[in-house]
Amino acid sequence: MYQYDTYDQAMVDARVAEFSDQVARRLAGTLGEEQFRPLRLKNGLYLQLHAYMLRVAIPYGTLNSAQMRMLGQIADRYDRGYGHFTTRQNIQYNWIRLEDAPAILTDLASVGMHAIQTSGNCIRNTTADHFAGAAADEVADPRPYAELLRQWSTFHPEFDYLPRKFKVAIIGSETDRAAMRLHDIGIRVVRNTAGEEGLKIYVGGGMGRTPMIAPVIRDWLPAQQMVSYLEACLRVYNRHGRRDNKYKARIKILVHELGADEYRRQVEEEFAHILTLGLEPPPAELARIKAQFADPPFDPAAIEAIDLSDPDFALWVDQNVHPHKAPGHAIVTISLKPAGGIPGDASADQIRLIADLARDYSHDELRVTHAQNVVLPHVRRADLPAIWQQLDAAGLATANLDLIGDIIACPGLDYCSLANARSIPLAQKISARFADVERQRDLGELKLKISGCINACGHHHAGHIGVLGVDRKGVENYQLLLGGSEGADTSLGTIVGPGFSEDGLVDAIERATEFYRAQRQPGERFLDTYRRLGAAPFKEAIYA
Amino acid sequence: MPDTVIRLRDDAASTAPVVAFAELAAQGNATAVRLQPGDDARALLPLLDRLELVEVAFPGFNDGRGYSAARILREHGYTGELRAVGDVLIDQISHYVRVGFDAFAPDQPISRAAIDHALATWPEVYQRTVDGRQPIWALRHG
Repeated sequence: MYQYDTYDQAMVDARVAEFSDQVARRLAGTLGEEQFRPLRLKNGLYLQLHAYMLRVAIPYGTLNSAQMRMLGQIADRYDRGYGHFTTRQNIQYNWIRLEDAPAILTDLASVGMHAIQTSGNCIRNTTADHFAGAAADEVADPRPYAELLRQWSTFHPEFDYLPRKFKVAIIGSETDRAAMRLHDIGIRVVRNTAGEEGLKIYVGGGMGRTPMIAPVIRDWLPAQQMVSYLEACLRVYNRHGRRDNKYKARIKILVHELGADEYRRQVEEEFAHILTLGLEPPPAELARIKAQFADPPFDPAAIEAIDLSDPDFALWVDQNVHPHKAPGHAIVTISLKPAGGIPGDASADQIRLIADLARDYSHDELRVTHAQNVVLPHVRRADLPAIWQQLDAAGLATANLDLIGDIIACPGLDYCSLANARSIPLAQKISARFADVERQRDLGELKLKISGCINACGHHHAGHIGVLGVDRKGVENYQLLLGGSEGADTSLGTIVGPGFSEDGLVDAIERATEFYRAQRQPGERFLDTYRRLGAAPFKEAIYA
Repeated sequence: MPDTVIRLRDDAASTAPVVAFAELAAQGNATAVRLQPGDDARALLPLLDRLELVEVAFPGFNDGRGYSAARILREHGYTGELRAVGDVLIDQISHYVRVGFDAFAPDQPISRAAIDHALATWPEVYQRTVDGRQPIWALRHG
């Protein structure tokens, strides 16, 4: 994976110095909160309901064991002994003191990490396929492009005060594991018939209160023009995106109001001009980055066969292990969704154990997924039993990947100052109701996503079952959505009917899943049955 | 020129009256103009030879349209003074300079020393813009 050189490290170090100075001025009272707010946000520091929250960037969700170990150390030293992995492939700490923020950033910088642009109206940390470089179905590794984007977007002087936040996701496989078309810009690395890499560019997707699936703006962009083209996309947005209403300020509204054709025309005009300016890093730079994402030395003697006589182990292998591109290897996803647990939470000890497993078994590599789990991307199948035993001993071997217990949930009203309702207790109740893994497996792939407000951090629009928390006359109320999806068949869920109390919602979900069991045809997932039958019969069953 | 203007250029400051963008067409000889965030900087491109001062207004520091306006003017060869006016804050100074501003008229005074300190913050930069600095990728590949 990518290693910082002295230039990259100097930039991170300079940022720590700058922010330390800003915090000192804030604590001394010479910098007001209004002016400090965007500065702290660009360093990932939010003021939440009870404390500051620090969001640490994990660029394209990739990190090594030393970095992971540092995340555990920070949880112990500055938080309450745990961290929370998020839908942005990042980690958040919920109990941070402002005075400690410079020291935390210093600790992070010591392992090449930071919190740069994890919030604010700027280009956020780029996300990517969490199986990049390992997936059996990969066309091209998206991470070199994501790293090029990281560098280009870091402290970009023109795009630091955009109308609203800006998120880019990039994939290089046929399967979309990054909800790519639900981002401000989605990029798919593709190959033409000559075998050359190019990029397919989607602009104007997003969730929030106005969910939209991004249209294609460029079918084929030569890979060596990515930076120039994104400069053009961003400049059109910075100049013409709406600033009169923060709820209409995302680029999806601009693209929608202009129409994809007119937005494309304006981008192409700007792009033609920008191409004359020489802004594009040379091919040698992409080659330099690509070399650092070369495959680790996979074991050519790794064998496929493993002993599956232990039924619990066999269950876990079946559910949480994916095919790897190298023979005899596999991709392990560690579920951070134990029955009744808080989705995405991990204790400092668990974080350190995962770091050790990465060092010992996965070529020192880890990934964080947008579904709030952690991946060991490159393990030998022969090592799976040893990995499983260690995970199981630490409460990390829940075999529920992509099942109803693998819930995505935002922090909700337990932490977030924007939330209308709590997400975590609801997720825990649903998880407890469906705790039986065999029952979960019988229900099959079922993506359940919970947001505690309309901002949709829990991706409720994209859940096969989505839940939106609202405030109804001072009482928490939950709306149920069905039919969303984030993959190749991206679709947006629709609200079934009147909302529910917390307990009522858990019952409603159970009625929906029981109705699915009664109606499904062989091989049909919940989503497939819903799409075949439509909303009406589900509604009837749920409100019966 | 108000006392509070800080210039990073050595030539004599313009003494011409600054006209609003909307009045520029009617003021055939004006050499100084002020752009508001919603004004189209590209409309100035035919007049660049004539202009010696362009003020770009920042009514609020968080409206970033002026950054694009400035960079567009420099990309098209404007060499006169480019002045950021209004809610101009020390923590944005290095970005202002990177997109082509070379003068500041902040609502709240900023010392020249503070500006020099801010401009020294970043050892290198990642992007090629209009400030003449070589980006890190160029340094890597000589």
